[in-house]
Amino acid sequence: MRARKGRAGKRLAGAYLAAGLALMYLPIAVVIAYSFNKSDNGILWTGFTTEWYGKLFQSRQILEAFRNSMLVALVSCLAAAVIGTLGAVGLARAKMRGLGLVEGMATLPMMVPEIILGFAFMVFFSLIGLKSGIFTLILAHTTFCIPYIMINVRSRLVGLDPSFEEAARDLGAGPARAFWDVTVPLIAPAILSGVLLAFAMSLDDVVISFFVTGAESTTFPVYVYSKLKTDVPPSINAMCTLTLGVTFLAVALSRLPGRRQERVRSRDGEP
Amino acid sequence: MKKRSGLAALAPLALWTAVMVLFPMGYVLVLSFLTRGESWGVLWRFTLENYKALGDSANLEILWNSLKIGAYTTLLTFLLGYPFALAMVLQPRRRRSLLLLLVVIPFWTSALMRVYGWMILLRTRGIVNDALLGLGLIHRRVKFLNNMGAVLFGMVYSLLPFMILPVYTSLEKLSPSLQEAARDLGARPFQASWTVVFPLTVPGVMSGCVLVFVPAVGMFFISDLMGGGGSMLLGNLISYYFSAGKNWPMAAALSMLMVALTFLSVHVYRRYSGGEMGVF
Repeated sequence: MRARKGRAGKRLAGAYLAAGLALMYLPIAVVIAYSFNKSDNGILWTGFTTEWYGKLFQSRQILEAFRNSMLVALVSCLAAAVIGTLGAVGLARAKMRGLGLVEGMATLPMMVPEIILGFAFMVFFSLIGLKSGIFTLILAHTTFCIPYIMINVRSRLVGLDPSFEEAARDLGAGPARAFWDVTVPLIAPAILSGVLLAFAMSLDDVVISFFVTGAESTTFPVYVYSKLKTDVPPSINAMCTLTLGVTFLAVALSRLPGRRQERVRSRDGEP
Repeated sequence: MKKRSGLAALAPLALWTAVMVLFPMGYVLVLSFLTRGESWGVLWRFTLENYKALGDSANLEILWNSLKIGAYTTLLTFLLGYPFALAMVLQPRRRRSLLLLLVVIPFWTSALMRVYGWMILLRTRGIVNDALLGLGLIHRRVKFLNNMGAVLFGMVYSLLPFMILPVYTSLEKLSPSLQEAARDLGARPFQASWTVVFPLTVPGVMSGCVLVFVPAVGMFFISDLMGGGGSMLLGNLISYYFSAGKNWPMAAALSMLMVALTFLSVHVYRRYSGGEMGVF
């Protein structure tokens, strides 16, 4: 009796999970499906076509927005990787007052609602007379990418044996050399997964970009947002599908290094 | 020596956050006490008017609506997300990590795109209406979008993973023998869950509530797109004062209010869970 009841409960749980996941993926599936829809008003389904993907590469605006997005995401992630990784190492090693403040300020962009961060960047740039454009986008994106990488690297550093780098130092390596040759390869998976996560965030950001973008430098999400409020050209569906592909790729890649690490560890006989 | 290299490594981060976080946020604080310029921009004249204006009935109503939407969203994500996390934990270990991945994936895709997907589905001539008409469940097309219900739906949908993940983490840490023990001692399944399991997951729930409530209050494109122009929330109000209203000091005062609200929720959370921010 009790076993049967348990089985029914399990089945109910399974059904709930399936229904929930279906709803989570439904809108994504719809956008993908509609990117192949023949109808140009995007309301009725009139047949299959790949026309919009072709059109995509003829729209200068969309291509430019996409190029801007990629450029901003790449440069910001690179800058954030350097600053965030060094910062995580510094936070783990330096002993002084005010460290908590630095860490708190660096993670603040994750806590404060995006709209406020965007507003703060905007008024700040206008105060110092910086014209909105690719450069301001990169500054803003780097700032909110830093915590993703920093937190990832910090959690890796906690589990890292400091004696590796100490050994290198004892053997005569300078601090920079020891860090680069010993610590960096050890924390590389954490840096990489942090970077890919930050990359996905940067590529999708609407709110912050909306505030710091210039008229001639919209990113793809900002472009989509401006179009959603009026009419949606069908090629938007195609572009969304493509960015979705890029995001999935980034997320999938970000999970790989961790996986390998786990496998290596379990091969070494650790649980 | 080692200490010095630590400081050198910290320098870029300290410098960057000082310039790009501390200074801009500090400027917003200063801005909230300044006077708005004639056409746009600001005059460097101290005033408390902006904070007084927060009490205007129109602003108060939007603030109240935002808090209400935030509270409803939090409640609904809890009611839907807790059983979801519970159902996840009940699955075999191998399937759990797959489920976790499946919950996280939409969360890394563009929120904007998912909202747009719902707009395709829910609009008056959209798929859901077609399906309901076809099944004979409705006789006239229903206006799903452009109302507060649609905004709430969009919020719950977008923020649900933020509730599921911390609750799942706290549930997974529990030993399954706990519930068995409670049941062996004579508790019925529901009673065992409610009196033994639930209290132990309260930190996860609190973490989820903060992670849902804070963005829900500030979210602006969901209300903009799914709610139509008519449903203004705090986020929309800030963006209105910033762009159309050309009143930066007022936008700054509202921002400070929102920051205070954020810190208050985080503080309440820390106080009652006695820990760090869970999975985040």
